Amino acid sequence: MLAFYWAPEDADQGFSQKIFYIHVPIALTAYAGFGWGAWKALRLLWTGERRYDLESYTAVHIGVIFGLLTLVTGSIWAKISWGHWWTWGERQLVLFLILFLFYSSYFMLRYSTEPGPRRQRNSAVYALFGVVLIPVSFLAVRIAGTILHPTIFTHEGADLPWQMLVCFLVSLGGMLALAGTLYQVELAGKRADGSLRELRELLA
Amino acid sequence: MSAYAGDVAALARKDLLLELRSRDTVPAMLLFVVSALTIFHFALPSGSSARAETGLLWIAIVFTALLGLTRAFAAEREQSLLDGLVLAPCDRSAIWLGKTIGVTLFLVLAELVALPAFALFFHPLSWELVAAVALADVGIAAIGTLLAAIAAASRARELLLPLLFLPLAIPVVIGGVGASIAANPGSFLAFLGLYDGVFAILSWASFEYVVTE
Amino acid sequence: MICARKLSKRFGDKRVLERLDLEVPRGGFVLVTGPNGSGKTTLLRLCAGLFAPTGGELEVDVPRGAIGFLAHEPLVYRELTALENLDLYGRLYRLPERRERAGAMLERFGLWRVRNERAGTFSRGMLQRLALCRTFLHDPDLLLLDEPFDGLDVEGADLLQMELAQRTGVTALVATHDPEALAGRVSARLALA
Repeated sequence: MLAFYWAPEDADQGFSQKIFYIHVPIALTAYAGFGWGAWKALRLLWTGERRYDLESYTAVHIGVIFGLLTLVTGSIWAKISWGHWWTWGERQLVLFLILFLFYSSYFMLRYSTEPGPRRQRNSAVYALFGVVLIPVSFLAVRIAGTILHPTIFTHEGADLPWQMLVCFLVSLGGMLALAGTLYQVELAGKRADGSLRELRELLA
Repeated sequence: MSAYAGDVAALARKDLLLELRSRDTVPAMLLFVVSALTIFHFALPSGSSARAETGLLWIAIVFTALLGLTRAFAAEREQSLLDGLVLAPCDRSAIWLGKTIGVTLFLVLAELVALPAFALFFHPLSWELVAAVALADVGIAAIGTLLAAIAAASRARELLLPLLFLPLAIPVVIGGVGASIAANPGSFLAFLGLYDGVFAILSWASFEYVVTE
Repeated sequence: MICARKLSKRFGDKRVLERLDLEVPRGGFVLVTGPNGSGKTTLLRLCAGLFAPTGGELEVDVPRGAIGFLAHEPLVYRELTALENLDLYGRLYRLPERRERAGAMLERFGLWRVRNERAGTFSRGMLQRLALCRTFLHDPDLLLLDEPFDGLDVEGADLLQMELAQRTGVTALVATHDPEALAGRVSARLALA
């Protein structure tokens, strides 16, 4: 919210630029979810402990929710900036489309494999592929695409007024905190589900 | 020859022998790729650009590979033969490498027909295109073999493999099309090489986990 | 050689094995009996390392390559001949003189005559014989046999008896419906419910 009232307006893009403070932190949070999921997947393969499966799955789940939000906010940004809801020139958007397709397949994989060690391992391996796919696709989209995105960080970091940076960081912190909370809540819910099922079985 | 190479050779040889006997996969891939190119001719309005034609060639290649990959573990799956291979004392990644070599060979065979057919139907080939196809084959086979093993453990099997595979194939298509039409094919070819390296190592290292519990 | 403590295996919500204790000493010959669905096959697959236990502990004190595993499926390629199948396994198990060994095994189980025919053309009993050749090919220290007499005729069953009688030091875990066939060798029985 701070972002909307306080951040100075971008000379080129004006008020619409403020979606930047929402869009980019959401995208970074999605990456964090995918990365965390892959880390837990690696732990699963390494140690074989079952709890990592649920943790990895939940993290990917959060990542996909934020990835979808990235697509939505990015598409709003595209509409405001370029007048189209979708533009293939927008690298970040294309990348998130690829990732969204990839992680949707991750869910398909989970739903169509019987629960058990095999599913845990297969989904873990696929989650690891995802985190490798991110930089690879990023590179692919970068060498393929035209460059329309305002690359604020890469050229001159100095053209970002400090108020903008503060707003950006506050927003990023907020998003990460939100994702972290969601992760904990989801995980607690799924664990409770699991324990309940075991309890019911013991009684049966 | 080291023991590992011996295992890989034995497994790859077995796959070639199976294909030679049953002739299930390669003829199907050949027929499919030529049919696809024929359909593309009618799908493209006359006077379409060479770029559009090249793009369609890449679609044909990816889907032909997919056709071969759905059959990759067919012999093993029908009689749960993977159990027998997994129990052998060889490193499990040798199973992946042997199978990947087989899949690559089948794909190359299909392209030995598909590329001349493309040149005949549409426009002449450039060396960049051929190099890109060769590089793409390796990456497609490497990832595809691993994903075929993952899909084989699921209920949906044939249905799941394309879903798992296509998002990972997008960079291949980007690199392949780029190398075929861009002014600077070198960087796209380098990208395809990088893709091959990264995903081949990842598939090699993770195969053990998808065939064991 | 095999030591299981409170071993459990579940598939989804289905409990197949529940808190099973089992001890098979070196040289032991243990029969596993029980009705269909009692978990005999699951136990053998757990011991072979093809399944991971859901709970409990399982120690199998022998390297993977020293296990002889006979499954429901013969685990041979239908499009390869009997000899080619054994040759493939011989290579993967890195056996010295694998051709001689494969030939000897085929002869022992009465398949020498059909060595160059595809396994796909074999009858059920011949496939079982070929599967036994595959199981014994690398002189395993631990035998995990799932219904070894399944599909065998009288002659085949006798050949299997002879083969087992020759392998005196071997440890075995055998799942069967026909406990009488192996009565002479058995050191212990495990009845699954």
